[in-house]
Amino acid sequence: MIPPSFEYLKPRTVPEAISLLEEHGENAKILSGGQSLIPMMKFRLARPGWLIDINHIPNLAYIREEGGYLKIGGLTREADIESSDLIRSKFPVLHDTAFVIADPQVRNLATIGGNLAHADPANDHPATMLALGAQVVATGRRGERIIPIEEFFVSIFTTALQHDEILTEIRVPVPPPGSGGAYFKVERKVGDFATAAVAAQATLDGQGVCQGVGIGMTNVGPIPIKARTAEGFLKGKTLTEITIAEASRLAAGDAQPSSDSRGPAEYKKALVKELTKRAINRAIERARQ
Amino acid sequence: MIQQTSPEIGGMGHSVKRKEDRRFIQGKGNYVDDVHLPEMVYGQLVRSPYAHARIKNINIENAKQVPGVLAVITGDDLAKAGLAWMPTLFFDKQMVLATGKVLFQAQEVAFVVAEDRYAAADAAELVEVEYEELPVLVDPHHSLDADAPILREDREQKSNHIFHWEVGDRLATQKAIEESLVKAKVDAVFQRCHPAPLETCGCVADFNTATGRLTVWLTSQAPHAHRTLFALVGGIPENNIRVISPDIGGGFGNKVPIYPGYVCAIVASLKLGRPVKWIETRSENLQSTGFARDYHMTAEIGADPDGTVKALRVKTLADHGAFNAAAQPTKFPAGLFSICTGSYQFPNAFCEVDGVYTNKAPGGIAYRCSFRVTEASYLIERAMDVLAYELKTDPAELRLKNFIPPEKFPYQTPLGWSYDSGNYRAAMDKALEMAGYRELRKEQEEKRKKGELMGIGVSSFTEVVGAGPSHTFDIVGIKMFDSCEIRIHPTGKAIARLGTKSQGQGHETTFPQIIAQELGIPVADITLEEGDTDTAPYGLGTYASRSTPVAGGATSMASRKIREKARKIAAHLLEVSEEDLEWEPGKFFVKGAPSKAKTIQDIAFAAYTNLPAGMEAGLEAVHYYDPPNLTFPFGTYICVVDIDKGTGEIKVRRFIAVDDCGNIINPMIVEGQIHGGLTEGLGIAFMQLISYDESGNVQGGNFMDYLLPTAVETPNWETGKTCTPSPHHPIGAKGVGESPNVGSPAAFVNAVVDALSHLGVRHIDMPITPWKVWQILKEKGMAE
Repeated sequence: MIPPSFEYLKPRTVPEAISLLEEHGENAKILSGGQSLIPMMKFRLARPGWLIDINHIPNLAYIREEGGYLKIGGLTREADIESSDLIRSKFPVLHDTAFVIADPQVRNLATIGGNLAHADPANDHPATMLALGAQVVATGRRGERIIPIEEFFVSIFTTALQHDEILTEIRVPVPPPGSGGAYFKVERKVGDFATAAVAAQATLDGQGVCQGVGIGMTNVGPIPIKARTAEGFLKGKTLTEITIAEASRLAAGDAQPSSDSRGPAEYKKALVKELTKRAINRAIERARQ
Repeated sequence: MIQQTSPEIGGMGHSVKRKEDRRFIQGKGNYVDDVHLPEMVYGQLVRSPYAHARIKNINIENAKQVPGVLAVITGDDLAKAGLAWMPTLFFDKQMVLATGKVLFQAQEVAFVVAEDRYAAADAAELVEVEYEELPVLVDPHHSLDADAPILREDREQKSNHIFHWEVGDRLATQKAIEESLVKAKVDAVFQRCHPAPLETCGCVADFNTATGRLTVWLTSQAPHAHRTLFALVGGIPENNIRVISPDIGGGFGNKVPIYPGYVCAIVASLKLGRPVKWIETRSENLQSTGFARDYHMTAEIGADPDGTVKALRVKTLADHGAFNAAAQPTKFPAGLFSICTGSYQFPNAFCEVDGVYTNKAPGGIAYRCSFRVTEASYLIERAMDVLAYELKTDPAELRLKNFIPPEKFPYQTPLGWSYDSGNYRAAMDKALEMAGYRELRKEQEEKRKKGELMGIGVSSFTEVVGAGPSHTFDIVGIKMFDSCEIRIHPTGKAIARLGTKSQGQGHETTFPQIIAQELGIPVADITLEEGDTDTAPYGLGTYASRSTPVAGGATSMASRKIREKARKIAAHLLEVSEEDLEWEPGKFFVKGAPSKAKTIQDIAFAAYTNLPAGMEAGLEAVHYYDPPNLTFPFGTYICVVDIDKGTGEIKVRRFIAVDDCGNIINPMIVEGQIHGGLTEGLGIAFMQLISYDESGNVQGGNFMDYLLPTAVETPNWETGKTCTPSPHHPIGAKGVGESPNVGSPAAFVNAVVDALSHLGVRHIDMPITPWKVWQILKEKGMAE
């Protein structure tokens, strides 16, 4: 549990951090909450030559509603998301998600930016952001660019971020009235990665017809998966027990789990089906509140 | 009956707050890794990535070039000193550092010593070992196959068979089972699990080149035994070895064996003349140190149609890994597994065990149990449930029918034990009442009608602890007595030293409570010291719930020796004869004249200032206690579970634990022990397994995969007690630390099987994970 030696750098501004990234290239890693990176370094699975600690850059941690978006700074701690009234009241799916990430000690340090940028398919926020149709703000030498979340996850531990870009903000469109969402996770014990988890976000009209729906899935494939077939099926339909059951079946079909110590692939597919049903039902309940 | 002392004295029965907790809570404990010595250096082991491979070459040149590296020790270096192998605690030997080949993944191959931990870790990575892979043997069921690779080329016997052990009457049992009209059979694997103490193993070895003395700070549950073994194996005179077990962060049997890392640190300190610290990582602890269980068991019961049991037959295959590093009494290759007839009157029984080698980490240690008692208890309690299903009778009713009744104690079991005392029905009645058993069964019936899954599991265990009587029990020849030395200071305060070693059990509180009970000295006035072999009397240590039954007896007897001397001094002070004195905790008084009294404090002062003519000064005593028998705690546990059909998740709704451990020293500590053991049992039943893939790679080698339950997973433990004192123990106590780990796995499993029994399910192997439950539900058409 002793990492190889590395250089530690502590920039005070985003441009300074970016120039350090440019200077040290692929051998540099951003240190945010460090709750994934540091353990990987201790196991000597990750061996960055330079750690660029962004924790001392001001104004990277915030939660605010602005211009039709929920904006969350990349350095915002999970514990702050968990305790935010704004998120609890308007984005319950996000509250659900933060609440089941690891354990309270980890959440005190872990950041939402790190959770997404680490691109571990077992992380919880990616599924929720896929369900919410979020955008990622990447800041580099030439300023900011917006990456839709659907394009963000490239492969395991790899995102659309360039090596000299920093994830500085996440933007979530404020859902229209009649919306609700929920995240359901099965884990072997508290603090574990998901055996499988599903985030669902739905918007209903007065007749219970689905105007919009997003479904994201955790740890059932090499990258976080958006259940496109299930979403396509539900849009425009009245949400009934039958349509929800069919959507859940389709979501299980969209999942690509593999067998491991958390269970066989077949079980994980069954979990996706069950959790999709539970998440949509809770989302509908919340939409109607 | 135990005489009640005042709260100020705080004798037996008082929930005295734990004296040791103040320093633990304030972070002022002193664990091995807190030991810092001048000039201290650090060791790190290089371990094998393969489960079975020949070592072609080890190149240490690059490692030696790392700045700060002082030594790189290999098996060949140790072989020159005759230390490449060491004896295990059970008639086998084990490689310290591999020579020739490696036999399990994570086996110790080389030891790097450096000025700091960072240099040691960097250099360990640069030790180049060339391996040639050999066929791997993972499944113990194939260990004895004709084409199985022979793992232990060092042994004369060219076979992977370690031992065969049997007890009981084979033929009579066979006949009784054949003639029984009702038969029940269960194949149950008690999976390989690990005690996983929160503090891993480690040591600081400090050889003083000037004095020739070796001091070893060690995570040891048995410091004296370890000192003797270091002397016997290493050839250092025993008076020149001092083992100190400082604060220990949990042991559960994991800290009984001697590990290669200890030996390497000692060798390195002898070589360098500097203190060498070696501390395991979590993964090293889980992957290489003493595992527990791995018993592959079959039980068959023959019974009459009315449910009366007639015979029990048990056959077991024991996987010991690459070396038989079980730590258990010499005459018991399968520990006290023959307690498997449990709480029931079996007229006939037979039990046999075969031990085999595989390419896995060595061990077979007693994880919070007296040597294989957990396995035995789990098996019989599972088998009784299977019999209940065969008979279509209630599992609680079946147990009540077959319990050994109180009037039959002391009870001789067909497998050779003499149970000291018991009242099994009383414990079960109390548990059934606390649970509201009848209402629960009604609720279950209602739920089944609605397609919901709820289960109730019962386990009525009998433990065997307190090893043990010297006629039968020894470890590597050393008899399993234990000891206590008490010195009363002139001011009436005291220090006591014992041969045991607390790892969290609360000895600094409970042993002074025994002395307080016997002598009336307030518990606050008594200091307790353990773990330093230079000062404590010789003892065999703390495991197998033996501290209270054995060292507790020694404490009581040493106190009584002091009391006898105190009586003489009191008679002298009061100018009466000894026969005219009466004792109550804290003072002697003249019969019929209670105001004419001398307190123990008065007497202590007189022992140094005003003695009767001819009496030796001082007030102290030492006692080595050899128990006449073991003690047999028992209890009934009831578990209630609900199963989520959609996900297979199991929710433990309630858990009722009624324990009978005889007379209780500290009720609060007993309750804490029970909570801890039940939580471990929950982890074993639902979460824990050290598994290996077909290449012998460890799968559960870190806390991401080897799961420890948290407060979130644990239910509210509902505890209760009955009290059946041990008739042969000086204070009637039996020991309790292990009962909850021994008794609870069967309760959890029985509850889950009960929830699914109407679907025809009779057994599920642990750990019962959600996916296993889901697969069963799918098979039975209950899940999609």
